[in-house]
Amino acid sequence: MGCMATEESYVLAIGTKKGLWLATSHDRQAWSMSGPHFLMSEVPSIGIDTRNGRTRIMVGVRSEHWGPTVAHSDDLGATWTEPEQGAIKFPEGTDAAVERIWQIYPDAEDRPGVVWAGAEPISVWKSTDGGEHFELNRGLWDHPHRSEWGAGYGGAAAHSIVVNPSGENVHVAMSTGGVYRSLDGGTSWEPRNRGISAYFMPDPNPEFGQCVHKIAADAAVEGRLYAQNHHGVYRTDDNGETWESIAEGLPADFGFVMLTHPRRAGTAWVVPLKADGERIPPDAKLAVHRTDDAGKTWKRLDSGLPQGEYNAVLRDAASVDSAEPAGVYFGTRGGSVYASPDEGEHFTEVASHLPDVLCVRAAVVSAALVPGAPVPA
Amino acid sequence: MADISVVLPSILQPLAGGQSILTTPADGAVTVGILLDSLAGDYPVLARRLRDETGALRRYVNIYVNGDEVRRLRGLETEVAAGQEVVIIQSVAGG
Repeated sequence: MGCMATEESYVLAIGTKKGLWLATSHDRQAWSMSGPHFLMSEVPSIGIDTRNGRTRIMVGVRSEHWGPTVAHSDDLGATWTEPEQGAIKFPEGTDAAVERIWQIYPDAEDRPGVVWAGAEPISVWKSTDGGEHFELNRGLWDHPHRSEWGAGYGGAAAHSIVVNPSGENVHVAMSTGGVYRSLDGGTSWEPRNRGISAYFMPDPNPEFGQCVHKIAADAAVEGRLYAQNHHGVYRTDDNGETWESIAEGLPADFGFVMLTHPRRAGTAWVVPLKADGERIPPDAKLAVHRTDDAGKTWKRLDSGLPQGEYNAVLRDAASVDSAEPAGVYFGTRGGSVYASPDEGEHFTEVASHLPDVLCVRAAVVSAALVPGAPVPA
Repeated sequence: MADISVVLPSILQPLAGGQSILTTPADGAVTVGILLDSLAGDYPVLARRLRDETGALRRYVNIYVNGDEVRRLRGLETEVAAGQEVVIIQSVAGG
């Protein structure tokens, strides 16, 4: 049997409640695992930065005993580096301390070195040196609404950061607080939640206070974003000014995940859970749902997924890669991880029986970085 | 002048160059906070494991001075006399 020579390979980073595992593959079907890295520390955030001609894996690590920190590896986890003074720490005068890094988001290709982070307590951070040192975003930290933002079940955090191609429009989502938008690259912020329900509040349509679980930007349509809410799935076509429901056609409108395609307009994925009060897949049948028309219709995707699944998929425990076709990845709180090489049409199990999966991120990397490349026929 | 000894749990020893006991010369009493400040100069990552950026001792880090946990004494203001031993132990937590 001949094998096609391949120049690209794949890395899948799996952050769990008790450490990080790294999986590599040449075909997105057979995976080799290494780990645990950071055993007994949770890894709730991962960013894989393939800019600058290197593959840098950045992780937000948190030990119950020893606190949170950010580490990075430029050799696929063989060695890790942690800035001595800490990459993310509140400046003097804020009287705050980082509890947990919820998000690490490498910015666009043409802004190399820029990495954003979201943290608990609710805060947004920006690095211009590839994630080694971050500065607190003062506009959001000093926002007059901050005292009214609350804690979701998992803690009060800024967990989603989306930057548009020009870098001027930045959307963040926080639980709870909802979506905030900046039109000046992050200097000033305003809530943008019109149309998103906060059914758990006395006024179900407040200016802010929503529990938006995850937002993601459309790959190709400027100003279009998608949101998985605490009940409700939404789309905006006007940069967040108004949101409309796109939940019709889904088996449930609760869930945590929102993914968008790396290039194609209108394509997004969610992983529905039955309800706030019943956080399992509907009928215990695990399935991803994909839209290819910006939420008008949804396709159920469960090939290769177990039926009889009682674990949730958390907001960052899902990812896409940038390959063609795009790969889709997710992990459950039961420690199973699944990969699809074809946009969700077919899944294979990458791992099982890991600790609760908190975060997965996938990237296309040079095959030379990954041992065991197929030999050309 | 007698030294003050700081005994580290094994999990933190790699952050102190593999040492299990750090000694600092003292010609009088110093507070635990000042002792940790002096550690931070040589071992900044170790120091961040013990205290957050406000200077507060992390919740599940216990520090004992001559056998007494400092939260039952005067916290980071607890004085350590020359010749005394300071023991750092992680509390029983997590699952």
